[in-house]
Amino acid sequence: MAQAAIELIGINKSFGAVRANRDINLEVARGTIHGIVGENGAGKSTLMSILYGFYQADSGEIHVGGKPVSINTSNDAIALGIGMVHQHFMLVDNFTVLENVILGAENDALLKSSIAKARSELERLEREYGLEVDPDAIIEELPVGLQQRVEILKALYRGAEILILDEPTGVLTPAEADHLFRILKQLKEQGKTVVLITHKLREIMAITDTVSVMRQGTMVATRATKETTVGELAELMVGRRVLLRVEKGQSEAGAIKLSVKNLTVKDSRGVTMVDDVSFDVRGGEIVGIAGVAGNGQSELLEAISGIRHAVSGEVMLEGRPVDLTGKADPGELRDRGLAHVPEDRHHVGLVLAFEENENSILGYHDDERYLKGPFLNVDAIMADAKDKIEKYDIRPGNPRLRTANFSGGNQQKIVLAREMEQDPGVLIVGQPTRGVDVGAIEFIHKRLIAMRDQGKAVLVVSVELDEIRSLSDRILVMFAGRIVGEHGPEATEGELGLLMAGVEHQEAAE
Amino acid sequence: MSTPYAKLPAWADYGLIPLINLSVAFIVAGFVVMLVGENPFRAAVILVQGAFGRGTGIAFTLYYATTFIFSGLSVAVAVHCGLFNIGGEGQGYIAGLGIGVVCLAFDSILPWWLTFPLAIIAAAGMGALWALIPAYLQAKRGSHIVITTIMFNFIAASVMVYALVDILKPAGSMAPQTRNFLPGAELPKLNWIIELFGAKIRSAPLNICFLLALIMAFLVWLLIWRTKLGYEMRTYGHSPKAARYAGISETRIILIAMVISGALAGMMALNPVMGDQHNVALDFVSGAGFVGIAVALMGRSHPVGIVLAAMLFGMLYQGGAELAFEMPAISRDMIVIIQGLVILFAGALEHMFRPYIQALFASLSPTSVGIGAVKGKGA
Repeated sequence: MAQAAIELIGINKSFGAVRANRDINLEVARGTIHGIVGENGAGKSTLMSILYGFYQADSGEIHVGGKPVSINTSNDAIALGIGMVHQHFMLVDNFTVLENVILGAENDALLKSSIAKARSELERLEREYGLEVDPDAIIEELPVGLQQRVEILKALYRGAEILILDEPTGVLTPAEADHLFRILKQLKEQGKTVVLITHKLREIMAITDTVSVMRQGTMVATRATKETTVGELAELMVGRRVLLRVEKGQSEAGAIKLSVKNLTVKDSRGVTMVDDVSFDVRGGEIVGIAGVAGNGQSELLEAISGIRHAVSGEVMLEGRPVDLTGKADPGELRDRGLAHVPEDRHHVGLVLAFEENENSILGYHDDERYLKGPFLNVDAIMADAKDKIEKYDIRPGNPRLRTANFSGGNQQKIVLAREMEQDPGVLIVGQPTRGVDVGAIEFIHKRLIAMRDQGKAVLVVSVELDEIRSLSDRILVMFAGRIVGEHGPEATEGELGLLMAGVEHQEAAE
Repeated sequence: MSTPYAKLPAWADYGLIPLINLSVAFIVAGFVVMLVGENPFRAAVILVQGAFGRGTGIAFTLYYATTFIFSGLSVAVAVHCGLFNIGGEGQGYIAGLGIGVVCLAFDSILPWWLTFPLAIIAAAGMGALWALIPAYLQAKRGSHIVITTIMFNFIAASVMVYALVDILKPAGSMAPQTRNFLPGAELPKLNWIIELFGAKIRSAPLNICFLLALIMAFLVWLLIWRTKLGYEMRTYGHSPKAARYAGISETRIILIAMVISGALAGMMALNPVMGDQHNVALDFVSGAGFVGIAVALMGRSHPVGIVLAAMLFGMLYQGGAELAFEMPAISRDMIVIIQGLVILFAGALEHMFRPYIQALFASLSPTSVGIGAVKGKGA
C-alpha cells in the first residue's frame, strides 16, 4: 500500500448556517488518480478550496506526506507541492504561455533569467508528459484544451506533486478530454498524485483508481473504481435509487411550430459554430439536443431566439420568419409566443442585483399588465411575483429579496416561472437543470412535460445526457456545429455517446 | 472562487460605512492642518460654524449644495445605466450659453417666472445635446464614453471662451462675460426661509434653484425605480447581456440615459448664472461638475444620499472659505486638499474598510450577513 499523499481528518466548514463540509475524512494514496464525485453543492469544491488554502476549515486536520500541516494561503499549498487547475482558468489572456507560467514565480526583478529557465523547464515537461504547447503563443489565441494544459504546466512548473483538477472536462471536446486523460495517466506513471473532481460518472469509471462520493457536505463512501458501477455511484450521490426517467405519457405531436432550415452561425472570430443545421419542433413534443458543451448548442439557441446574428439559413416561428441579422427584437419574438430560458441565468436570464419581483418581469416589462402609463405598476408586479412564487414553490418566498440570495435551483425556477407563465407557443430551454438540486430537477422536468402535454413545442438543450434521454420525444445530437444524428427516446447511452464523440472518435468512446 | 461579499444590514451600509470613511478623511485632514502649524480642532470648529453657525453661512452652504445636487444626480442617472458620464463640467458650462441667450433675449420683456422655464429648457437642452454626441459615439461607434465626455469638457471650455469674448461680450467691455441680466432674469432668493427660523442673513445667493434641485431629486428617484425606462436603464447597467435578452435596445437606452444625465448637468448652470451672478462669466462652473462624481459616489447614486452628500460638499465649500479667511496659514489650496481627502476616502476608497466591517459583522452573527446564501457557485 502506497503512503498517503494527502490525508484529511474530520474537516468541518460552515458558511453561516450552511454546513458545506461535515466531518470529512479522506485519504488519497500517492501515485494514484482519485476521483471525487457528488452533485452540485455537495461540498466538493469547498473541500478542495480548503486543501488549496482558499478557505480555512473550522476544524479538522490536513496531513500532507504524512505530516500535519496548516494551509492558510495558496502559497502554503504550492510550497507543499499541491497544484490546482481551476474550473475557470486563472490565466492572463493577453500574455504568452511562458509569461503565464512564470507569473507569481518570477524570482527576480528582471525576467530574463526566469524566462530562460522556464523555457528549458517547459521543454522538459513537454518531453516527459506529452504536454505540447507553444511557449510563445498568446493565451487568448489558444483553444480551451490547450489553455487547460497551460494551467497544468503552471502547477507542474511550481513543483506540484499533487494535482487537483476541478471539473476539467466541462469545457473540453471529447478529443481534448481524451488527450487530457492520457496526460493524467502519464502524470500518474511519473508518481504524481491526481485528484479529479467531477460529476460525470463516465470519467470516473474511465480513469480513476479510487473514487469518493460526497453528498450534502458529507463523505458517504470511498470505493476502488474497479469494484463499483455507475449505478452504485449514482445511487450514493443522490442518496436514493435514481429514477433517471420522468413519468410521461405518449406525445401527441401536432403542427410544426418551430422550424430551422440550413442555419449557419459564426462566432466573433469567424469560426463556424453552427453548421447547416435543420430541424423542426412540433407542438406537443419535446425535442432534445444532446452534445458535449461547446459544440454549437449555445450559438444555436441564441440564433433562434434572435440574439445572435446568423450567417445564413432560416428560422420559422409559427409559420413566420425570425429576423436572423442579430438585430431582432426579442420583445417582438416574445409577443409571437417564443419563450427562452437561457443557459446562463446569472448574466442573461436574470439580473442578480435585482429584487426577485423585478426579475419576474424581465423581458415582459413592456406588457401593459405591469405598467401604468410610463410607470411600473408595482402592486401588479408584486401580486404577480407572489403568484409565481406560490405556483413554482420558489423559496424563500420573498419577492423583495435580492435574486443573488436565492439558490441555483430557485433562481432557475424564477426564470422558468416567468417564461412558462406567459403561455408561450414555443419554449426553448438551455441547460434546464444546470446547478440545480435534485428536488428542483424533478419539479422542472415535470413542468416541462406539462408544457408539452398542453401542446407547446419544447426545445431542450442540455449537456446532461440523462436529462435529454428522460425528457425528449426526439433526440438530436450535435457535434462540431452539425446535427450528426437523430434518435428516439429509447436510444441507449452508448449510441448517443458515440454520436456525441463524433464518428471519427469511435474507438475512444468505447 | 468568488469572495463571499456578504451583505451588511442597511444601517451599516448606508450609515456606518460613510461615517467611518468621513471620519478617517477628517482625521487625515487634521494631520495636514497640524503640519502647517494650526490647531485641527479649532479648524474643525471654524469649518462647521462657518457652514452652519450663522444664517448667511447656511444659505451659502445650501447654495453650493444646489449645484452639487444637480451634478450628482447627473452622474447617478448615467451610473444606473452603467455609464460613467465624466463630462458634467462641460455639459453644465455649455448650458450657460443657452441660459445666457435666453436671458439676454427675454429679460427685458418677460417677468422672471416666464424667463425661468425657458431658461430651464435651454439649459437642459444644451446639456443634453453636449452629452448626446458622446452617447451617440459610444452607442454606434464604440468610442469610450469616459474619454469622449472628458474631451467634450475641453471643447465646451473653448467654445465658451469664443462665445463670451467674440459674441456675447458687450462692446467696449474688458471682461469676458455677458452684460448683467435685468430683473426679468433674476431668480428670487430663498433666504426668507432661513430667516423664518430666526437667523439673520446679510446677503446670500440661495435661490429657488434649490427647490428645483429637490424636485429633480424626487423625479430622478421616480424615474429610476418607478418607471419602465428606469427599469430598462438599471437592467442595462447591471447586465448588458440580460438587457439584450430582454429586448432592450442598447443604442436607445444609452442615448436616453445620457440625454437625461446631460440635461441634469446642464441645469446646474441655472443656479450660479440666474440665481447669483446674473451674467454668464468665464469658468462659472468651477469644478462643480467633477464634484458631482464624488457626490454621486458618496450618495450611492440614490437621490436621498446625493442630497445629503451635496450638503456635505456645500459645507466644505462654505466652511472652507471661512476657514481660509480665519486661519491665514490655511490657504485656499489647503481647503482643496481637505475636499480631496473626503473624495478620496468617501469615493475612491469607499470599499477600503468594508471587508473589515463585514468580517466584524460576520463574526458577531454569521447568519445576519447571509454568507451562506451567497456561497456555492461551483460544485
